[in-house]
Amino acid sequence: MPKKADFLPKNLYMKDSMPKTYIQSINEALDLCLKKDESVFIIGLGVPDPKGIFGATRGLREKYGEKRVMDMPVSENSITGVCIGAAINGMRPVLTHQRVDFSLLALEQVINNAAKWHYMFGGQQKVPLVIKMTIGMGWGQGPQHSQNLQAIYAHIPGLKVVMPSTPADAKGLMISAIEDNNPVIYLDHRWLHDTFGNVPDDYYKIPIGKAKVIKKGEGITIVSTSYMTIESLKAVSLLNKIGINPEVVDVRTLKPLDEKTIFNSVAKTKRLLVADLGYRELGFAAEVIARVAENLKIKLSVNPQRIVSPDLPTPSSPGLSKYYYPRYTDVASKVVQMVKGDMDKLDQLIKKEEESNKIPYDVPDERFMGPF
Amino acid sequence: MSSKILLSLYRKLLLIRQTEEKIAEKYQEREMRCPVHLSIGQEAVAVGVCDNLKKEDIVYSNHRCHAHYLAKGGNLNRMIAEIYGKETGCAKGRGGSMHLIDLEAGFWGATPIVGNSVPVAVGTAFANKLKNNKKITAVFLGDGTVETGVFHESLNFAALKKLPVLFICENNFFSVYTHLSERQPARPIYKLAQGHGMEASKHDGNNVLEVYKTAEEAIKKIRNGRGPVFLEFLTYRHREHCGPNFDDDLRYRNEKEVKFWKKKDPVANFENYLLKNKITSQGVLDDIKNEMKGKIDRAFNFAQKSRFPSKESLYEGLYA
Repeated sequence: MPKKADFLPKNLYMKDSMPKTYIQSINEALDLCLKKDESVFIIGLGVPDPKGIFGATRGLREKYGEKRVMDMPVSENSITGVCIGAAINGMRPVLTHQRVDFSLLALEQVINNAAKWHYMFGGQQKVPLVIKMTIGMGWGQGPQHSQNLQAIYAHIPGLKVVMPSTPADAKGLMISAIEDNNPVIYLDHRWLHDTFGNVPDDYYKIPIGKAKVIKKGEGITIVSTSYMTIESLKAVSLLNKIGINPEVVDVRTLKPLDEKTIFNSVAKTKRLLVADLGYRELGFAAEVIARVAENLKIKLSVNPQRIVSPDLPTPSSPGLSKYYYPRYTDVASKVVQMVKGDMDKLDQLIKKEEESNKIPYDVPDERFMGPF
Repeated sequence: MSSKILLSLYRKLLLIRQTEEKIAEKYQEREMRCPVHLSIGQEAVAVGVCDNLKKEDIVYSNHRCHAHYLAKGGNLNRMIAEIYGKETGCAKGRGGSMHLIDLEAGFWGATPIVGNSVPVAVGTAFANKLKNNKKITAVFLGDGTVETGVFHESLNFAALKKLPVLFICENNFFSVYTHLSERQPARPIYKLAQGHGMEASKHDGNNVLEVYKTAEEAIKKIRNGRGPVFLEFLTYRHREHCGPNFDDDLRYRNEKEVKFWKKKDPVANFENYLLKNKITSQGVLDDIKNEMKGKIDRAFNFAQKSRFPSKESLYEGLYA
């Protein structure tokens, strides 16, 4: 289970093989791509500001100049169109939004142009564009700053959608996204930013369209996306204590979806639980369950289940939001229910955790101090 | 102006006019199974602007794009084939009349969402500026587009970055059936562009020579690195918003207004000008007409004989 890196100084120089945070890994990927390919540029509100998109773009303007690392007017729709026009004309723009919610202003350009340009003009032009967006959570982010809109993007033919869960994947998938000749939606969850893991220093790619069995196990498969992978791994460590050892498949790419890895795991375990922070109705979890249900070769021993956000805007108050966000305890309870495990034992474990180590529900850990 | 240029303008005007009249004539056969937005009456803007652009300069357009495509030198056979939905079409039958493209001619695409191609044109100009080449990007838009948010966002950015882009507003007073006065206050459209900090002016869009001279001057300035220019041209469509017919029986346009603008027909007036000033003879003009007719007949023949895209090709091109 990844730990939080907030005890490491933010500006610490990381030597080869030392762990890096998720956000440092994105920063490193952008740095390497700017260095390698002159057609790459980064544009977004706040890109060159002192906080640099939670650190993702920090230091890049100083290194590559204002023509390649730039701020923008508060014009999400037209700047998305500008990036499409630049991409058609040989550039590889990376466009950032500090909240996925802001990107709704630009859906017209993303859906009508970026996603379709290659197909609707008979394959004559391509749109190598990355749109990197952060998903917020907790700390009173509320109705318009904490949505998980991956399903909206993954619904659109012509787009690719990635949601890395680990620092190594965050870097490798960013490099793949920038090299890809199609528009790629890159979603990073705010609560992943300070997680850390071993990340190679060099330029490497994690393929788009490949899921990963992040934890081998048996009896049940948890298919998870983004931050829910962390919550699922936390659930697994709890479940291990009562003799349940689920397999966890980290989706990594929502579109195009790696059905094969999911099918292989579920065919083996015969149980499927999907954990995703999108809204329940018509969401990504529903899609995974539908694909497994359609596969005539897979016989499930129990009906598939999902852990998702409720069909409700996120309330801001900590008094309410604690009932809103699904957490690892919800994942663990659902697993026990599905495998007919000992629910009393699990409840005791959860109670013990609550008493010994107050489970934070609106921050990733107790020391979290923003930026929000 | 040399008679060579004048005759070149005439040939283009005529090519567009006769092509679109042929589309209108054959539309009832129901073999062109996609919406068509004819530019009949508005040809002078397309021709006067595009004749000043180099082949490598880039043009973007909107739903009413036939004139822009042909004026920039787009392939006629492939345009007609596209409208017929054939595999030989300029977008391999994926686009239809509203999504014309011809990269060789520098026509980088038309899209039918009002305002949608404006930021893409600005982004193309932005990349050209980053690459430090001398190419110009021109985008044709209508009076409706200036009511969209993305239009203002795009002009703001183009002015901010001093981009080599020419905005051409064809103001034909109507968005489908809705008159400008129901959509905008009584202020000149070009002044909005001035408000964004760029040079802008208004002109008669039915006089091909006025369009030509205005565009020539604007393009010279843009090429010299002076930043974007916005040109508003007043013009009028003769037929319905979408489709091959005349629709004045619906009485959404003032009868006097329609008469006034039909008298200002850009093709007929230019023909008179050429004859009156003895730049050419009726015989030469008739020869051009016949030549165009042959060219257009061959294009329709090509399109109708071409095959539809195969079933196997349905998924082709989803990803690059």
